[in-house]
Amino acid sequence: MSITFAFGALIAGIVVWAVIVRQLTVKPWEVQVAAGADEPQASRFGTVKIGLWVFLAVVTSLFGLFISAYYMRMGHGHEVATDWTPVIEPRVLWVNSALLVASSVAMQWARANVLRGRARAAFDSLLIAGLATLAFLAGQVFAWRELQATGFFSARNPALAFFYLLTAVHGLHLLGGLFVWARTLVRMRRREFELIEARPSIELCAIYWHYLLLVWLVLFALLLST
Amino acid sequence: MAFVAIADRDHEHAHDEPRTWIRKYVWSQDHKVIAIQYGVVAISIGLVALVMSVLMRLQLGFPHAFSLIAPQDYYQFITMHGMIMVIYLLTALFLGGFGNYLIPLMCGSRDMVFPYMNMLSFWFYLLAVLVLVAGFFVPGGPTGAGWTLYPPQAISPGTPGVTWGIISMLASLAIFIIAFTMGGLNYVTTVLQARCRGMTLMRMPLSVWGIFTASVLGLLAFPALFVSAIMMMLDSTIGTSFFMPAMATMGETSKYSGGSPLLFQHLFWFFGHPEVYIVALPAFGIVSDLLSTHARRNIFGYRMMVWAILAIGCLSFVVWAHHMYVSGMNPYFGFFFATTTLIIAVPTAIKVYNWVLTIWRGDVHLTVPMLFAIGFIFTFVNGGLTGLFLGNVTVDVPLSGTYFVVAHFHMVMGVSPILVVFGAIYHWYPKITGRMLDETLGKWHFWLTFLGTYSIYLPMHYLGIMGVPRRYYAYDNAIEFIPPSVHLANEWISVSALIVAAVQLIFLFNLVWSYRHGKEAGPNPWRATSLEWQTPDTPPKHGNWGKELPVVHRWAYDYSVPGAPEDFIPQNVPHSANTPVSPHESHS
Repeated sequence: MSITFAFGALIAGIVVWAVIVRQLTVKPWEVQVAAGADEPQASRFGTVKIGLWVFLAVVTSLFGLFISAYYMRMGHGHEVATDWTPVIEPRVLWVNSALLVASSVAMQWARANVLRGRARAAFDSLLIAGLATLAFLAGQVFAWRELQATGFFSARNPALAFFYLLTAVHGLHLLGGLFVWARTLVRMRRREFELIEARPSIELCAIYWHYLLLVWLVLFALLLST
Repeated sequence: MAFVAIADRDHEHAHDEPRTWIRKYVWSQDHKVIAIQYGVVAISIGLVALVMSVLMRLQLGFPHAFSLIAPQDYYQFITMHGMIMVIYLLTALFLGGFGNYLIPLMCGSRDMVFPYMNMLSFWFYLLAVLVLVAGFFVPGGPTGAGWTLYPPQAISPGTPGVTWGIISMLASLAIFIIAFTMGGLNYVTTVLQARCRGMTLMRMPLSVWGIFTASVLGLLAFPALFVSAIMMMLDSTIGTSFFMPAMATMGETSKYSGGSPLLFQHLFWFFGHPEVYIVALPAFGIVSDLLSTHARRNIFGYRMMVWAILAIGCLSFVVWAHHMYVSGMNPYFGFFFATTTLIIAVPTAIKVYNWVLTIWRGDVHLTVPMLFAIGFIFTFVNGGLTGLFLGNVTVDVPLSGTYFVVAHFHMVMGVSPILVVFGAIYHWYPKITGRMLDETLGKWHFWLTFLGTYSIYLPMHYLGIMGVPRRYYAYDNAIEFIPPSVHLANEWISVSALIVAAVQLIFLFNLVWSYRHGKEAGPNPWRATSLEWQTPDTPPKHGNWGKELPVVHRWAYDYSVPGAPEDFIPQNVPHSANTPVSPHESHS
């Protein structure tokens, strides 16, 4: 089982390959001249987007390995480790999950607004997305405190240690996203750039947010199920 | 297809040459400067590791003559030597150094696609090195846990550096991984997005293929080391029990409950085995280009070579537990991993055959880079064959605690890649500085290094077969079965090691001396085909290509094409009656 999860990281690699494998089968000598001038140029946006996807492959590997470590530490496949006391997840996590879903929806909304050229609505939806994310993070901290207040708090319980570790790593990734979010927001506010120039940032934020939502849902399911 | 350089358009990339000295050489965003920064730091920290190996060899060869190092120093040196050589020298030099220098020049782009992040990557790397070096100065010194940092002993009392040393090591690794991720994103995205017109993936020189695939491996494998470093740091600082089992040390029950040391080993080697190929694949790629250029022949089986690199890259993720046959894991795993290990030998052997067939009946010029490239083939075959021994569980079990393993991994991932590093430096130094390295000194350097390393590591195989255990500070009186010949061999190895270490001074002298006094190289001293030799300036200026980006019309291996006026046709020369399509490009 644990190996299955380790292979999850490998799948990320395969996705990257899939992007380039069709280019591996080209036969350049059959084209007598170099590529023509009318070829579509790779845009800066396209490049940054690929950079983001490569980064998401790294993130997948990271969380895949954390999850696989989680299962192995539980003693999966053998008897459950004797010191593993399952955590009773605080109910606030459900609220938090709803907040993160909301932020992802708002991001998507911002993306749509940019495409339609609605500057004001784009700004508002972007703002809402970030605020919902901040609320999510606050909610996570609240969950931490709630767990700490229970009598079962002990660094020695690996289930609890994993709970803190996984939520912290996920939260740090969101904080990184919020840095880009804040920069974009400030620039839009100061009208430093046109809406069209905000588009790449918003689009990349949206991809990143959806991805981290997916990661969170997987983590949440993992925490609930064990 | 999206292979047209985005750096083509000036309004998006500021190509203004940085004017101040600081912007140009310190806070530089130019890939060539960053490459040299990486190279200088990597070689400097590598020299530290070299000196530590000399001290260890003095101890092992002449245990009574010197009292330079105490037993705990020995463990600290062995740990730092291993970690520095594998991560901070070889990984950083191949990817941060050669990757940075070669990818944009060989792909025909002006720079990496994210120059600012590239700069940050170097500064994070430097920080990682400094944090690592800080380990020498903290109370208790650096960690002595062995380069694999296995728990529980890595953070149990009694191991040197258990308080601060291990923290500095883990923190340094985490910073290094962040640095590498920033660099790796650049290398991968640049290869995918910023190739010049006509440079299809299947026209890229194999050096770029090797570096590119190694970067992908690094991006997916380093997170495993990151995860284990973070979790071990938590075990060590706040007392979680991810890896630490319940145990009693020094008569006291520890604060830990039932953590899993085996889990650490799985995570570590899930990183650790791809790491072998993170170092080896760039070496494979570079050596292919050296052999082809200096034998004046096209690389044999280019497409097969590319597929072999990719196959090795994928397979390297499913062989990790062959490092763990003696760890107490499920024995059925051993069967699986021995099989995958034997399978990965197939694409590797294909590469070796193709290298040999490339120089077979070629117009071989025994230049210094060529000598190192041929030396690599010998060393790699030797090291690879002992890998077949160790890849099998039944043979590995008795040998894994002995010097046989030390001999094997030094041959295959110490000496072999380093020979390529030397070859590559002799090969590209003229492009980097505009001057040739001195050839006579280079030949002395090669022969003494090559023969010297054999004289070090061949006897070590013998020690291993005799059952001499590794990781020991001294053998006298402790182990009865060790015959006197072993002590003699140890003395011989230590003397050879001293000589080989001293010989590297010739190389350093050559690097410095030739920078001012070397022969003028001209733009293309090796008469090579790949794009980096076709730059308008040598050394290439900021932006690499002057006003116009190059356009590629052929693969990188058009050497000795029948009917061509010279024995090489650069990649950017169009097809014509005089410079036809090489028959080999389509048959490769």
